[in-house]
Amino acid sequence: MKKYICDVCGWIYDPETGDPDSGIAPGTAFEDIPDDWECPECGVGKDDFSVIED
Amino acid sequence: MNTTLKEGINWVGYIDWTVRDFHGYKTESGSTYNAYLVQDEKTAVIDAVKAPYVDKYLERIKALVPLDKISYVVCNHAEPDHSGGLPGIMAACSQAELVCNAKCKTALEKHYNTTGWKWHIVADGDSISLGKRTLVFIDTPMVHWPESMFTYLPEEKLLFSMDAFGQHYASAFRFDDEEPLDVILQEAKTYYANIVMLYGRPIAQTMERAAELQIEMIAPSHGVIWRSHIKEVFEAYQKWVVCKPEPKVVVLYGSMWGATEEMARTILEGAQECDVEARLYDVDSTHMTRIVTDILDCAAVAVGSSTLNNTILPSVAGVMCYIRGLRPTQKKGFAFGSYGWSKAGGANEVGRMMEEMKIEIIQEPIRAQYKSTPEQLKVCRDAGRELGRIAESYK
Repeated sequence: MKKYICDVCGWIYDPETGDPDSGIAPGTAFEDIPDDWECPECGVGKDDFSVIED
Repeated sequence: MNTTLKEGINWVGYIDWTVRDFHGYKTESGSTYNAYLVQDEKTAVIDAVKAPYVDKYLERIKALVPLDKISYVVCNHAEPDHSGGLPGIMAACSQAELVCNAKCKTALEKHYNTTGWKWHIVADGDSISLGKRTLVFIDTPMVHWPESMFTYLPEEKLLFSMDAFGQHYASAFRFDDEEPLDVILQEAKTYYANIVMLYGRPIAQTMERAAELQIEMIAPSHGVIWRSHIKEVFEAYQKWVVCKPEPKVVVLYGSMWGATEEMARTILEGAQECDVEARLYDVDSTHMTRIVTDILDCAAVAVGSSTLNNTILPSVAGVMCYIRGLRPTQKKGFAFGSYGWSKAGGANEVGRMMEEMKIEIIQEPIRAQYKSTPEQLKVCRDAGRELGRIAESYK
């Protein structure tokens, strides 16, 4: 599973840790996060995230 | 007016006594746009002011140093209340380099004609020596915009904190110990709630980084400079960044013909049966600036709207839109309201909005057709008492 970075604020979504504060369990792939999820740092949507290539 | 922060470091900003609106935030105490001059072997200006006040800002600088002696103009934040004066000062200071991070450069280029500006792009942790003193730059994304940064003078233990720790507060005095502490802390709270509440997480991270610095003075971009009460404002911020619930209930409502107001008053009476702070706000008579400031640290909230045209009152919708954007956390509550014949709108719609805001809903929306029956008012009172009990658990 790939990590994603928020293009606006630089926060990184790591699927290993998920985003438990927003109800996203550890182990959730970015693609499987609901569309109404928001960046926990700056509030933008999934559209504003880019995949981090290894 | 004493404008000297430290020897050779002066406030050169603008006091805006009469400004009353920041895109919805009603700034009843006015504001200041703080800019600072650091004179050393080289001279730097930290930030600018709103565009209409650039001449006053340049006058203040010129009274202290010829403009052609300025080597650096630092832009910590691209928002126009601080950057609006940059075109003016860059035109007037032939030698100056504009110091900012890469994101800020992009933002400034979209705001202004920057042709001819000399750029000095800095990254997190970079520094510029002015001679005896050093400017160190610390990226603070989302405090308040993506490009925001702090500038720190380690030799003076002085932090230019941009919007963090700011207050929209016009005063003839520049320092925290020249004003009543309760007044400036309340202004700092109002500012936090209305401007940056939604960025609690990045602000908390920024606070952790700031705690590693030696700080004797915090110079924000609005309001008074903190030098005697840094501990107090830090402690307050530590509560605000997590919207820490205090034993307080807030009931807000909009009412067409008084039925929803009767429900609101009864809910509040229920809450008052507990020994907690309780606030009642009619959204048509109280500005949302004040309401959202009380939401920041309440434990429980009830929101009511009459049904109007199968939806809710526009005044309630406006306040809810404002609160939703500011994203308070750790609140519990419910919706209420009267209706005539429609199941759509009213309390049901408010309840959905509260769920979207991630307010923990403790009961179904309370609805009353036209006017509450005594039984329905009892439901309101009981629900209000439950809010009071929730609030009491935070004592």
